[in-house]
Amino acid sequence: MSNIHNPIETSTRQGMIPHIWCNGCGNGVILGEFLRALDEMNYDMNKLVVVSGIGCIGRISGYTNTDSFHTTHGRALAFAVGLKTAKPSLKPVVISGDGDLFAIGGNHFIHAARRNVDMTVICSNNFTYGMTGGQSGPTTPIGAYTSTTRYGSIDHPLNLVQFAAACGATYVARWTAIHVKRIRDSLKKAISKNGFSFVEIITACPEEYGRKNKIPDPIENMKWLRDVSEFQASANPAEAIIQPDKMVVGEFVDIEKPEFANSVWDNIRRIQADLDKAGRTTNVTL
Amino acid sequence: MACAEGAIAAGCKFFGGYPITPATEIAEHMSRRLPEVDGVFVQMEDEIASMAAIIGASYAGVKSMTATSGPGFSLMQENIGLAAMTETPCVVVDVMRAGPSTGQPTKTGQQDVMQAKWGSHGDYEIIALAPSSVQEMFDLTIEAFNLAETYRCPTFVMTDEIIGHLMERLTIPAPEEIRIVNRKRPTKPPSEYLPFLGGEDLVPEMATFGEGYRFYATGLTHDETGHPQADSPEHQSKLVMRICDKIRKNAGKIVKVEQTFLDDADTCIIAYGSVARSALSAVVEGRAKGAKLGLLRLITLWPFPEDIVAQVADQVDRIIVPEMNYGQMVREVERSAGRKKVTFIPRLGDALHTPEDILSQALH
Repeated sequence: MSNIHNPIETSTRQGMIPHIWCNGCGNGVILGEFLRALDEMNYDMNKLVVVSGIGCIGRISGYTNTDSFHTTHGRALAFAVGLKTAKPSLKPVVISGDGDLFAIGGNHFIHAARRNVDMTVICSNNFTYGMTGGQSGPTTPIGAYTSTTRYGSIDHPLNLVQFAAACGATYVARWTAIHVKRIRDSLKKAISKNGFSFVEIITACPEEYGRKNKIPDPIENMKWLRDVSEFQASANPAEAIIQPDKMVVGEFVDIEKPEFANSVWDNIRRIQADLDKAGRTTNVTL
Repeated sequence: MACAEGAIAAGCKFFGGYPITPATEIAEHMSRRLPEVDGVFVQMEDEIASMAAIIGASYAGVKSMTATSGPGFSLMQENIGLAAMTETPCVVVDVMRAGPSTGQPTKTGQQDVMQAKWGSHGDYEIIALAPSSVQEMFDLTIEAFNLAETYRCPTFVMTDEIIGHLMERLTIPAPEEIRIVNRKRPTKPPSEYLPFLGGEDLVPEMATFGEGYRFYATGLTHDETGHPQADSPEHQSKLVMRICDKIRKNAGKIVKVEQTFLDDADTCIIAYGSVARSALSAVVEGRAKGAKLGLLRLITLWPFPEDIVAQVADQVDRIIVPEMNYGQMVREVERSAGRKKVTFIPRLGDALHTPEDILSQALH
């Protein structure tokens, strides 16, 4: 063992490594930068719960050496709402994919963001369902080939930054897997936020998306993300364009508003104080 | 209200739910009462989320519940499977209405009792209780929490619209008179803790998130450490058999029934929920007419009291099963009753069987 400080080694569940992800997959970057961000923040790892849904990135909750829960497909956010409100001292970090969070789990995203429940949501957006063999999903670009769009996708894709902003998220950012340092800094900001924060990370999937769309080589995928990334001109989500030849990256929302679990518990204290003042134990006629 | 007060008496501190007739009153009452006792009420976006949220709250260390009716119960099935697989103590109340689909939302039924057992995919066991009175609604909700905590298993209170909307006397005992059971806590330090190692009773000890145990729970097939074993046939059979056997092998301790006039009966009526009230009237009237009728009231629906039904079947000539459905628990009765004649009385529509409906069959 070397003496070099390696947060990846100490913050992963060693019995679970090696991970299942393919060569060239961006999920390893997310895992690495997430753990480095926590390390640089000196975050209390006993207060953090990693929650994931189903899909390749869904396995991440098994790799982090934290309390962690691998839910059913799409339900990570709803699980996290129950966890956070029942025990507000915990910080849920939901890490999942575009299909999990925005197709099957889309409704839960709307309402967790709308309520501003304190949690960080990291979406690995690879434009496809990788684990099931590369089908089209809610972010698949028009014209892209997938195993269920053999003639090219005709669906209008969802812009996750605009969607998250419209739902009421208090921090919204987008990066690609090549923006390693920016991902780490952005995650630090997102995790520090007392509210619903959302970080989209565009990840390459050479195996299941790249091969079908003429970019099968991992390095070529990284070059693609580098070449099409554009840093934002302003923090306006409306300008957060995302298409195969142009992906605007940056921070698009950073606002403050009352957080849900705080409000729940403020209410509990207020209701109990009113009861005490009135000399009663309940407002209900039993 | 009796159900909600039972939950609060049992120590419930989290309710996640979605409005649905005829179960909404439970959510409404919980929304007023929980904040008074340091409990959290969250109205979720749907029943899928409600079920996920109560699993999250349970892993945060609190007793949690939801309440719904048929359509919502269908949506919950996905995460009921997750609760069974991750051995999450939690309580689901189903105030049954008439189905299938939207059916008759304000009318009563007992059409979800098989769904309670078989609703999610794969092999697993749950516990389900069926109250027959307002007092039992209170008592069995407490019992449901105690069983959920004892066996780390989703536990259902399967009631129906009639019991749900019944007004009758309820005695709430003093808190010190109520038996409360809490989940087994880890006896080992985090470095030695195995979150899915069954004890002698096959039930694992349960740590809470945020205490430093840093454990992993997954809906994937997993080993005693919680790590996925998605390809191992040994782990698949070991895990699934344990989560089933912790209920099957403890069924003798879980199952409750009520036997009335069965000692010398030649005809046994087997009923549960509101229908058992009509059945009792039928038995009393029949006895007055000299017929040797008896009643076996099922308080526990699942695990099914098969040994007790088999014993009763040996004693009597005939069994009658009235249900507000088109034939559900009667299948379990037939399975347990050997070759004894079983007569089924279905009832679909706006109300439960009258005592005369049951008596005319019994005297037939």
